[in-house]
Amino acid sequence: MSRIRYTRRLPAVVATAGALLAVAACGGGEDTTAAAPSASAAQLDPNADLKKQKLTISIWDGYSPKDLPDRVMEKFGTKMDVALHATNEEIMGKLTAGADSGIDVAFVSGQYAQALNEAGLVEPIHPELIPNLANLYPEATQLSYDKGNKFSVPYTWGTTGICYREDLLKSEPTSWNDLLDPPAEARKKVTLMTTERWLALPALKAKNYSVNTTDDKQIQEAKDLLVKAKENLLTFDDTTFGDRLKKGEAVMVEAWDGWCPTSEKNIKFKVPKEGSDLWVDTMVVLKSSKNKEAAHALINYILDPEIHSWAAENILYKVPNKAAMEKVDPGLRPDGSPLAMSPAELLQGESIIDLGNDSQKYTRLSTELKAN
Amino acid sequence: MSTTSTPPDRDRAAEPSAPPSGGRRGRRGRGAGRFLAGLLFLGPGLTYLIVLLMIPLALVFSYTVFQRGRFGGVVYEATGENFTRLLDPLYLDVLLSSLKLAAIATAVALLVGYPTAYMIAMLPRRWKTIALVAVVLPFWTNFLVRIYAWIVLLSGPGLVNTALIDLGLIDEPLELLYNEGTIVVGLVYSYLPLMVLPLYAAIEKLDPTLREASANLGARPARTFLSVTLPLTVPAVLTGCLFVFVPSFGNFIVPELLGGGHSAMVGNLIRDQFLTARDWPFGATLALALVAMLVVLLLAQAWTARRYSRA
Amino acid sequence: MRRPPLLHVPFWLTYLFLYAPIAVLAFMSLNAGESPYTFEGFSLKWYGELAGNDKIQEGLVNTLVVALGTTVLATVLGTLLAVGMARYTRSRVLDAIGLLPAILPDLVLAIGLLVLYSAVNMTLGLHSVLLAHVVFAMAFVAAVVRTRLTHADTSLEEASRDLGANALTTFVRITLPQLAPGIAAGALLAFTLSVDEFVIAFFTAAPTEPTLPVVIYSMVRFGVTPEINALATLLLAVSFTVVIAAQRMTRLTESLS
Repeated sequence: MSRIRYTRRLPAVVATAGALLAVAACGGGEDTTAAAPSASAAQLDPNADLKKQKLTISIWDGYSPKDLPDRVMEKFGTKMDVALHATNEEIMGKLTAGADSGIDVAFVSGQYAQALNEAGLVEPIHPELIPNLANLYPEATQLSYDKGNKFSVPYTWGTTGICYREDLLKSEPTSWNDLLDPPAEARKKVTLMTTERWLALPALKAKNYSVNTTDDKQIQEAKDLLVKAKENLLTFDDTTFGDRLKKGEAVMVEAWDGWCPTSEKNIKFKVPKEGSDLWVDTMVVLKSSKNKEAAHALINYILDPEIHSWAAENILYKVPNKAAMEKVDPGLRPDGSPLAMSPAELLQGESIIDLGNDSQKYTRLSTELKAN
Repeated sequence: MSTTSTPPDRDRAAEPSAPPSGGRRGRRGRGAGRFLAGLLFLGPGLTYLIVLLMIPLALVFSYTVFQRGRFGGVVYEATGENFTRLLDPLYLDVLLSSLKLAAIATAVALLVGYPTAYMIAMLPRRWKTIALVAVVLPFWTNFLVRIYAWIVLLSGPGLVNTALIDLGLIDEPLELLYNEGTIVVGLVYSYLPLMVLPLYAAIEKLDPTLREASANLGARPARTFLSVTLPLTVPAVLTGCLFVFVPSFGNFIVPELLGGGHSAMVGNLIRDQFLTARDWPFGATLALALVAMLVVLLLAQAWTARRYSRA
Repeated sequence: MRRPPLLHVPFWLTYLFLYAPIAVLAFMSLNAGESPYTFEGFSLKWYGELAGNDKIQEGLVNTLVVALGTTVLATVLGTLLAVGMARYTRSRVLDAIGLLPAILPDLVLAIGLLVLYSAVNMTLGLHSVLLAHVVFAMAFVAAVVRTRLTHADTSLEEASRDLGANALTTFVRITLPQLAPGIAAGALLAFTLSVDEFVIAFFTAAPTEPTLPVVIYSMVRFGVTPEINALATLLLAVSFTVVIAAQRMTRLTESLS
């Protein structure tokens, strides 16, 4: 899943400045690493000198506070670099290429974290080094791709739905079929996502199938539906559908909730009645990392409500952090806005999980769709 | 200027086997020293190319007979499955449509490039250089940025549509972007200079007296062109076509940015196998198919060019 | 020679085709507004944004490091290769190997190198891009220098040898000065190709050290801002200057030799 730069500049600056002040005010608060028990299973040294470690994280552009490296330096004395990736695939390509990628902490979606774990590329999470795990919603520790947060820690979560221009559509879309078989005014003004599992989602859900189905017949039916939908499609788009809506180049798009620019007049987000997914973007520590203590300290720091609420306030993504969500200004999340969805509502969505060798079926579907 | 602006391949392709020039006499009897000197000159470069070109290619092509690893890489168990999959109509279709798009782009580049090259060759010396530089200049800016410029021009709210609407010629924006036509435009735009340069070089070298003779004998300009100029420039036409065709065929950026995913080309397929599907063996097999098709074309080109230069 | 008047039309259309998109980019880079499509008045603010964009600057530095390294290595290796191929062998196979990287689709070279790096478990970084760029840059340098060699006068080299100079002396004192313009042109070509190269860098760069084209790619994917227009215009201006300078230089060296 890919993310765009934050959409609101001014509030971002204000909120970041505010968060910075808050951090400065309670600077040198609790020592997060000292509380860790000396577990023999863990190879990590809870008292490691973090000043000697260097962190490199890879994340979507605009998905973390710009001054995060400065704050990490201030708090732990650890030098931190931020690398950017545009899509899950891009970073997966680098992480699975065999060679040491130089990344310590990677931000990837849940099913990709699962794949990385099965490939033996990620370090198990050492919970004793992340006391702030307690801030997570209980629901966020039982996600199907990683029950108990054994190898990943959720950063943001949300769902996929239809983002649309209220003023340019005659009626509100309520079903995935509205997207796949759009009304006349939306013809050639619809986009679907590129990433294969989300590409298949609208068609699978429209047929009331699981997003994780491996049944050839069901996938075939979804494909047929998508082939028909393609006639009315503007393009496949994972990254700029929000912009397209704003410009009126598109009037109805498949969108991740946080990325639907609902702050704009006339732009609304709707989870279709057939239901949708629950996606989670997670943080994983790479096995090849030589700075695992600092990596855990960073994750713990991000789970701090002060830091974690940044994502909700600035990029309007829900964070699975109870303490952080409670801090968010209610004015930012009016009823009905994606940010106002509760964990219970979110959990009605189905988690996309990695399908192992069967994932080829989705690659094929995507190729078939794009080749014709 | 000609050395900086002309792709070096031109001379090589036009004269595939430039013989080592002159001085063959009097060198015999220095065999050992000559061998050492040759080694000194050829050794470093060849070693480099063997390690970083031949071995990688050998690795990629050897992967075609192995199975995919669950998370990328390969499992060293022999299989013919990758080649069977290649024959799947789905992938054959992609190969063929890439072939088609690259061929159309090449033809369009030739149709646009030939008159341009001809005109440049006929210009006075001073303007010639300027016109040539002007053809090459866009080629020296970032490839992605040049492609991106077309999005600004052609998209729904783009400048062409806005202008047409403002002029009252249309009411609704035209669907200019995201189709096969846009892919062709993008490819032609990207590689046109590679067509113009070899054509220019060949037309420039033509002996003007031939054309004059033809004209004096009463042939009309069109006739002169068809029976004198064109045949003499066939090798350059082939070279230019090759230069446009090769990068077009393997391209994955233009179809992605300008095609909007409406028609994948073989480059997209290979990229996706390596990055998205993490099926390296099949990606390698597609790459092998791509290279094999190019080799056939190269041989055909060399053969035709030799026939024409002999005639 | 009379110019066929009918050819004027396609001639000027070609230049319109080549320059219209670039002109639009340059013009829109001065847009005061956010939209890449509607002009809202003149402003240089996007150039300011550009100056403050760390990612672009890092990418630029990475690109220059790779391009300079590539130029040095490719020029040395490519020149030696060209002389070796032109003077010491007539092997068609060697010819083919030397020219292969210039003809091979970049995507195939890119995955080949990715596979190699992964097989030897090499850590990716600027060095992995540099090593990859030298492969094709060397082939282009060799081709340019060879063109020059085939036009060069061999009698001087022979005279030098007949007078007892060894191969190295002959190369340094006679061949090299004759080849200088070709080598300069080859080096410039190597530099330019490396600066603009995207596909191979996309596959072989470390995620932490992207080159400028990789940065641009992710910017373009994330939508279109006038910042990219500004960057494109700057790149164009730099290329323009380099080409003009190169042309002056070549003319200068040529008039000297």
